[in-house]
Amino acid sequence: MIDKLSLLILIPLFTALLMLFAKDKLLIKRIALAGAVLQMFYSILLIVSFINSERSSQFLFVKSISWYKTLNIDFISGIDGISVSMILLTSIVVLAGVLVSWDINERVKDYFLLLSLLSIGAYGFFISLDLFVMFFFLELAVIPKYLLIAIWGSGKKEYSAMKLALLLMTGSALILIGILLIYFRCETQTFNIVKLAEVGIPVELQRISFPLIFTGFGIFTALFPFHTWVPDGHSSAPTAASMFLAGISMKLGGYGCLRAAAYLMPQATVEYSKIIVLLSVIAIFYGAFATLMQKDLKYMNAYSSVSHCGFILLGIGMLNHTSINGAVIQMISHGLMTALFFASIGMIYKRTHTRKIDELGGIIKSMPFIGSTFIIAGLCSLGLPGFSGFVAEMTIFIGAWQNEGMFYKVSTIIACASIVITAVYILRASAKAITGKVAKEEFENLKDADFNEKSASVLLIIAILLIGFTPFLLINLINQDTFIISENFFKIITSK
Amino acid sequence: MTLDFFRLMYPELSLILIIFTLLIIKIFDLFKQNQSLISFFNAIFNFYFASLLFSININSGELFNGMYISSSKFAFEKLILTSGTLLILLNSAVWLKNHKHLPEFYLLLVSSLLGMQYMISSGNFLMFYLGLELASIPLAALVNFDLEKKKSSEAAMKMILLSAFASGIMLFGISLIYGTSGSLDFDILQTSINANKLNIIALIFIFSGFAFKISAVPFHFWTADVYEGAPFAITAFLSTISKAVIVFVFISVLSPIFNNLQFLWSNLLLIIIPLTIFIANIFALRQRNIKRFIAFSSIAQAGYILLGLSSNNGLGFASSIFFVIIYLLSNIGFFAVVSAVSDSMGKEEIDDYKGFYKNNKKLSWALAISLFSLAGIPPTAGFFGKIFLITAGAATNHILLIAFVALNMVISLFYYLNIVKKVFVDSSQAPLADVKTGLSAKVSLIICLAGIIIIGLNGALLEYITKLINL
Repeated sequence: MIDKLSLLILIPLFTALLMLFAKDKLLIKRIALAGAVLQMFYSILLIVSFINSERSSQFLFVKSISWYKTLNIDFISGIDGISVSMILLTSIVVLAGVLVSWDINERVKDYFLLLSLLSIGAYGFFISLDLFVMFFFLELAVIPKYLLIAIWGSGKKEYSAMKLALLLMTGSALILIGILLIYFRCETQTFNIVKLAEVGIPVELQRISFPLIFTGFGIFTALFPFHTWVPDGHSSAPTAASMFLAGISMKLGGYGCLRAAAYLMPQATVEYSKIIVLLSVIAIFYGAFATLMQKDLKYMNAYSSVSHCGFILLGIGMLNHTSINGAVIQMISHGLMTALFFASIGMIYKRTHTRKIDELGGIIKSMPFIGSTFIIAGLCSLGLPGFSGFVAEMTIFIGAWQNEGMFYKVSTIIACASIVITAVYILRASAKAITGKVAKEEFENLKDADFNEKSASVLLIIAILLIGFTPFLLINLINQDTFIISENFFKIITSK
Repeated sequence: MTLDFFRLMYPELSLILIIFTLLIIKIFDLFKQNQSLISFFNAIFNFYFASLLFSININSGELFNGMYISSSKFAFEKLILTSGTLLILLNSAVWLKNHKHLPEFYLLLVSSLLGMQYMISSGNFLMFYLGLELASIPLAALVNFDLEKKKSSEAAMKMILLSAFASGIMLFGISLIYGTSGSLDFDILQTSINANKLNIIALIFIFSGFAFKISAVPFHFWTADVYEGAPFAITAFLSTISKAVIVFVFISVLSPIFNNLQFLWSNLLLIIIPLTIFIANIFALRQRNIKRFIAFSSIAQAGYILLGLSSNNGLGFASSIFFVIIYLLSNIGFFAVVSAVSDSMGKEEIDDYKGFYKNNKKLSWALAISLFSLAGIPPTAGFFGKIFLITAGAATNHILLIAFVALNMVISLFYYLNIVKKVFVDSSQAPLADVKTGLSAKVSLIICLAGIIIIGLNGALLEYITKLINL
């Protein structure tokens, strides 16, 4: 019953159960922390054993448990290079999120219970190889987000939370229709991803089903024009929830686009690729320009997330091996980077009680650690070599440029140009808010990050630098699996 | 024969025994407002009722020349009704304790339940009609059980008039059927009903009667008023048990009889389903009273059940029954909290629940879990129930309908989340004080919540129901 992968779900589940019976606030936090640390070590262990085991089939550690026999639904779990790296990302962000939520004092138990429910949703999503089970875990993660934002958030939190819940539910409704179409119109009558990939989905069906599933997952990853939940949701959420939202939850969408849409329906992906590229370029450019106008640090980062997540979809839409590699790296890089960004903004807000760029200034003098954390996140965001953002965006651009045709070339150039805009807003915000003149007297003696906040930031920074300096580690991990996806596209394009 | 009589009709006979005991108690006025005796009686009654649950009748057979049919499928359906009623009774113990006419309450409720069981087991339209009337007339009296409230009497009047009207229409349909085929036996009707015009009119009449009972649009107007006027226990009963029985009867009686006219009634349902779900959702958005809210929410839920029924296959029927069980648990769980609040403070408006979390943490979570299950959010069972209904509907290939229904889940999410928001997020000057729930209500709530969480995550129940359906 208990195998390698189901432990990923069971650890947060048991943490949650333990918390349920704990009375003391500090004890609850300690249990949550212990669970997160355990989970991260387990994820690292999983990666090590994944690398060491022979890749005899596409997915490793596959295990199938019968769930709903009448409907042919099985709980199938299995991982490939892409999902195993997403799992590690999740565990790192969860641990960092727990660490920065240490000062939460209101409804502590509910807060950490919801965080673990959210992480169960993410882990379950990444390990499942059955469309129905994937859908189950995807929806599982929606309501905790709603409650986290609505209860512990700030600003117009109720509006943002409701907007987020309704838009994400619309996304899942689209996904549901798409996967039911696949289920009933394929002869196999199965949700099993491996089997569906083997048998192949009829082209006619792909043309109907692909837009539904891709748009559905796209809503989760801020596909233009359904991105509107991102700025409101991210800025109203409490720090850890913003980290989860941007770091993990948006990646559920990206991973879903890759696994359920692009991998299962290559023909439709090729046919619709121009639309995908167009929408993602709009998201990249529009997101970047909208970021320029923001005066609130959190809104700034939220809009820049729209822009950065556009790169993920751009990578998928460009259809070749390099660009898909880039899309996966961008998912992980963006997950780590925004988590770091939101963590540092949260720390700044906690001390200065403002997130307005105009009101801040010179805080690096009193808080060198937090200030430099913010700047590191910013540099990663604008794609400075040495950080993970550079690796990701560079790979996507190289891949995108390989495509023949005016349309793809122009799109690539526009996407490249957005980096300049990114540099503008990142540097401007850092110059004004972090360095620069001290804006208020009370900013002179603010307390720097405490141990928990420092360890959360250091954890994320190490991961970012690791990808930045040794990108081959990650690329080797995912290369084989992205190749399978791109090979499908390649066959279709060349057979034309 | 005599032995068969007891062996097959055990569930109904036990209910009749209860009814006669209650009659004797009432006639000789044994209670005379003796509080300790009443609570003793309550306990005995509930215990006896619960013991019915363990008497699952798995003997198949017929009585009275096929008038009464018993099978393991019917026994399972009756079990659902009985256990649902027991949960509702447990919830309403506090309210009942202070009521003057306790024996009558039980008398009427059990009579109604008896009528429902006869409906399920009927093998002939006469028997069916008898059960239907036995099920609906006592309910109208029960709606009037909040004796001091004017609204309660008004609701009862509405209910009895409209329900008589619906029964009349249905009876007219039945008489037309008798005219064309010369028989009322279901066995014979299954083969003799064909697509002549009289039969089609009969089908439409009988379906209208059904649509009224399950309160599908456009026969839903009575629902909100009656639910609002009735006492909480009866609102719960109306919205769960009396809907469940219609679903069961549809599956085991109507769909086989009208199998030859399937093209007609499934097309009728295709019009009714989107209308029911959409209109109910739109109205539910605007409700302020919690009972009116649950009335519209239950109309929308009925639309989802009809979606499963419209597919007319084993999967659709199985997932309808599966959903009915889940819906029963979620709705009764919701009522357990709401009626506890109403009993101890008399608050029935949604706005009264602002800041409810402050003093009632456990009840708040219970309320939220029931609402999530009604909205169809994992990991609660409601998610699986709804998804399987939609899956069954998708088997009929009406993709636009499925898309419409799936997107309507988003609208319904809005109004369910709105209550969750009131409970957890909003703050109030004077939040409701700590609500005291009785032991029996706690037991019922725990059963409901455990069911909501376990039934979905475990695939065994759906499999069992599918097996029963395919027997």
